[in-house]
Amino acid sequence: MNVGVVDYEAGNLRSVETALERVGADFQLSGDPDVLRKADRLIFPGVGEAASAVKVLKDRGLDELIRDFYASGKPMLGICLGSHIILERSEERDAECLGLLPGRAVRFPNQPGYKVPHMGWNRIVPAKPHHIFRNIPSGISMYFVHSFYPSPSSEEDVLAFSDYILDFPAAIGRDNLVATQFHPEKSGEWGLRILGNFLSWE
Amino acid sequence: MLLKRLIVCLDVRDGKTTKGVRFKGNVDIGDPVEMAADYYRRGVDELVFYDITASAEYRGIMIDVVERVARRIFIPFSVGGGIGSVKDMRAVLLAGAEKVSVNSQAVENPAIIEEGASLFGNQCIVLGMDAKKDRTMPSGYRVVINGGRKETGLDALEWARQAESLGAGEIVLNSIDADGTRDGYEITLTRMISEAVGVPVVASGGAGRPEHLAEVLTEGKADAALIASMVHYGDYSPEEIKNYLSSRNVAVRRDPLPKQTE
Repeated sequence: MNVGVVDYEAGNLRSVETALERVGADFQLSGDPDVLRKADRLIFPGVGEAASAVKVLKDRGLDELIRDFYASGKPMLGICLGSHIILERSEERDAECLGLLPGRAVRFPNQPGYKVPHMGWNRIVPAKPHHIFRNIPSGISMYFVHSFYPSPSSEEDVLAFSDYILDFPAAIGRDNLVATQFHPEKSGEWGLRILGNFLSWE
Repeated sequence: MLLKRLIVCLDVRDGKTTKGVRFKGNVDIGDPVEMAADYYRRGVDELVFYDITASAEYRGIMIDVVERVARRIFIPFSVGGGIGSVKDMRAVLLAGAEKVSVNSQAVENPAIIEEGASLFGNQCIVLGMDAKKDRTMPSGYRVVINGGRKETGLDALEWARQAESLGAGEIVLNSIDADGTRDGYEITLTRMISEAVGVPVVASGGAGRPEHLAEVLTEGKADAALIASMVHYGDYSPEEIKNYLSSRNVAVRRDPLPKQTE
């Protein structure tokens, strides 16, 4: 198995599956750490709420798997909620997260005329060169659905920005870890290209 | 900045789209999967499939359509029509739809919104609402069901707020008065609802020209505009509509398709 997709009951993974099929990935969905440990690269998608997601991860030993995978240096991609659980905390019900990167997930501030969740297409601007943005022009739109966004302590860990109410990190990462707040699997052909880039990232 | 969405609605009966005409080239006329793939390629931001299948024996066909669509398009799409239980919701979501939409069913049983939202998340549950002008209602609009044929005792504004508090993550607001006229969306209604709720509002009913979309996305404060016959009959292409919106300073997604590289 090339790509392990972590199934931790945080939302419907059907669109991740169809997108991975489309980009020709050899992948397997699993909630079993022993199965996922054998993968060459890991994807952890997720929608929903951070506290319950982290609890499920811990109950199944998937928190250890994600930590070990990060330490192993093999490529890993978090999507949406996956970009929150790798931080230290989430303001969403003040959840303790896995702490792979320093920082927290924070809620969009209230602003008249702006609805939260931030839902729909928004443009992303890479903050620094990264393999997953290879052949992706600056300003391409991606699909978002979220009320909280990842806010790493170090600006160095921000890979791309988008803007809604304020400039917020749309992708973060360090070393062998990347995580997008947007959904590449629902972001059209450019989103598929980002998934394809992840598959070729060494 | 969050972009305004262009959403195309396909009515599906017994596995076929009911308005599939005027497509040229290799698009199979009336095949919802081929039409969806074509709209996807043309930069439509989202699709809505409305199942108007008359008999229960054809219901399974819709799930098959949803599964095939999910393998062809990589943008969000929702499915409505005939969703009467969380079991129905689960079936279309697992088949690959991003959202499910409930309309008459939610009026008759509002708990379905709450149950669906708690099981699948608010972002998956769309309230479809048909509203009709009625001076006797507090907001001036009454909720109607069964495609406008049956009046309810609900006030449109009140129902929108209630659905939001029950967990609806989006409202598709259809004006029965404007629907089919091609004279433009109901701006007053759309603006009133959009300003009153904290979830996105999709304007529906009345689109005939690109100007109508510009109007409802600015003055009408809609987050997205839903169209059907405007594009199905070939009067306008999605690209033309988006170019027009952009020329009117309505920010929309106009990314070119990526060139096939290595």
